[in-house]
Amino acid sequence: MTDAPPATPPLVALHDIHKTFGAVSALRGVSIDVQPGETFALLGDNAAGKSTLMKVLTGVYQPDRGFIELDGQRTEFPTPSASRDQGVEMVYQDFALADNLDVRSNIFLGREPQKNILGPLLKIIDRKKMEAETKRVLERLDIPINPRLKVKRLSGGQRQAVAIGRALAFDARLIIMDEPTANLSVAKVDKLIEVTQRLKDLGIAVIIITHRLDEAFAVADRFAVMRQGQVVGRFRVGDVSEAQVAHLISHGTLDDYVDNGSGIPEERRKIGSTSSMDVVDAVAARGSKGGNGS
Amino acid sequence: MSLTMDNIKTKLGPADLKDGTAATKIKRFIGDYGIIVLFVVILLVLAAAAPNFLTLNNIVNVVRQSSIIGLIALGMTFIMITAGIDLSVGSIVGLAGMTFALLAPASGGAFWLPLIVGLGVGLLVGFLSAALVVWGAILPFLATLATMAIARTAVLVMTNGQVVSGLSGPAEWLGSGFIGPVPVPVIIFLIAAIICEFVLSRTKFGSHVYAVGGNEESAKKVGISTGRVLFAVYLIGGVTAALGGLVLTARLDGAAPVAGTGYELQVIAAVVIGGTSLFGGVGTIRGTVIGVLLLGVVMNGMNLLGVSSYYQQGVQGIILVLAVLLNRWKSD
Repeated sequence: MTDAPPATPPLVALHDIHKTFGAVSALRGVSIDVQPGETFALLGDNAAGKSTLMKVLTGVYQPDRGFIELDGQRTEFPTPSASRDQGVEMVYQDFALADNLDVRSNIFLGREPQKNILGPLLKIIDRKKMEAETKRVLERLDIPINPRLKVKRLSGGQRQAVAIGRALAFDARLIIMDEPTANLSVAKVDKLIEVTQRLKDLGIAVIIITHRLDEAFAVADRFAVMRQGQVVGRFRVGDVSEAQVAHLISHGTLDDYVDNGSGIPEERRKIGSTSSMDVVDAVAARGSKGGNGS
Repeated sequence: MSLTMDNIKTKLGPADLKDGTAATKIKRFIGDYGIIVLFVVILLVLAAAAPNFLTLNNIVNVVRQSSIIGLIALGMTFIMITAGIDLSVGSIVGLAGMTFALLAPASGGAFWLPLIVGLGVGLLVGFLSAALVVWGAILPFLATLATMAIARTAVLVMTNGQVVSGLSGPAEWLGSGFIGPVPVPVIIFLIAAIICEFVLSRTKFGSHVYAVGGNEESAKKVGISTGRVLFAVYLIGGVTAALGGLVLTARLDGAAPVAGTGYELQVIAAVVIGGTSLFGGVGTIRGTVIGVLLLGVVMNGMNLLGVSSYYQQGVQGIILVLAVLLNRWKSD
């Protein structure tokens, strides 16, 4: 085994997460882990449980069962701010921007730095600091935007940069992107690949929630496929074909997958089997190192 | 790479704004300063047409008359920036003013006590509006239509529809007194305007007011307690309206149960003329002050020129329409 699990603990690991809403089991024992600096895609159809899982990770929901580990230490995210304080930041599908405010105000929205005037009782927003930090963060992303521009003047890609910049400004270690291309033109997917590469260079891990295979295959190192509240497969990009994953997303298993000449070896065809996660992991781990998403 | 709309915007957007063609520059200037230019033009026309207009006496008079609507408009600006509205301000003027008028003569030397109770009444109505808007999830227009009716009923019941007159000395000073050459109501308005300007443009809370008006969902997602922000703006609106009511009562040396009726429309007009959008997210206290003064000056000018009062509301309406068109053109 040349590709044994790394000695360092994963940045974030979710273990056996269960979450039920009334009669609906949204999550039924989901485990995923993300390595530092890794780009991880969470694939699945609508209502597969991707968003619920991420809401557990961002402190919006509390799991009924299971737990979260950060740097190998068990932790809890009772509130969204607790999760953010630990460096887990969310980039929403709609980017959660206020169009009427400028770029710097959006980056610091809700977390504006303040300074005292006339003693500690009277505080004002420190706009200078906001501007300087905004410049720094957008330079790190290599997407320079005038910090004083109103967000309504920005293009889709620039808006996304502001949303990602917001996460960077607060020293994110893990950025979760919800359907990152949903609000971008097709051509912008290239830019997204560039940005995730950039984040990787900065040592920041990324989880991309998506139902688009091309997107996941383009940017991710590894991915997990979810269906009906469970993980039905975990792979390195390059170990499986898009056709196989599409089949997995809709059927939950590769057992009945008919290979129409994509050249995937026999043993891999079973990797989608949900009967044992360990088998899946072992097979996935045996997969080539060479698979890469960039 | 295909030439999508996104690409075009990326290429043209920022550069376009940085340098700016002559046309966009002119547009931005008119957008930002158009109302001030209009204000100055009106001042010049009136100065030429009405010889009494530019006297110190008259100017002091105009500002004093405007200060009551002005006080109410300050709070209304906060509310309207959150994309809300408060129709109850006229009734708050009546209720707070009446409370003050009833308590002032009996309070003897403790002149501040009826003031505080009067402001408290404004807070109470503001709280009720906020509770309906935030907890009841009722549209601000409807919620405050209800509190408008409820507060007006309270005034009428309180006095059985009777007028109350005759305040004690210090209470009267609030409406008619001077500090140096400046009337007390003007000083109150100025101080309140400076505080509101500071809060709205410099503080975290002010920034959140804009965020809630710009995109309430986004504000929630980034962890802003939007309910708290909304509560705060309706409380501010209640207090400033009550303050206007106290000054009105002091100025008239008494209170009528119907006092303040219709003020909400004048106030909303002034705030909109000052550049605040009914859709929220946009507006300033500076603009509101100009909007209030502009309306005050026009009314005063028409009086000086002997224009029949029949025409005056119509002129206000025309100015309102012009301001709305200007604001929309600016934001295009």
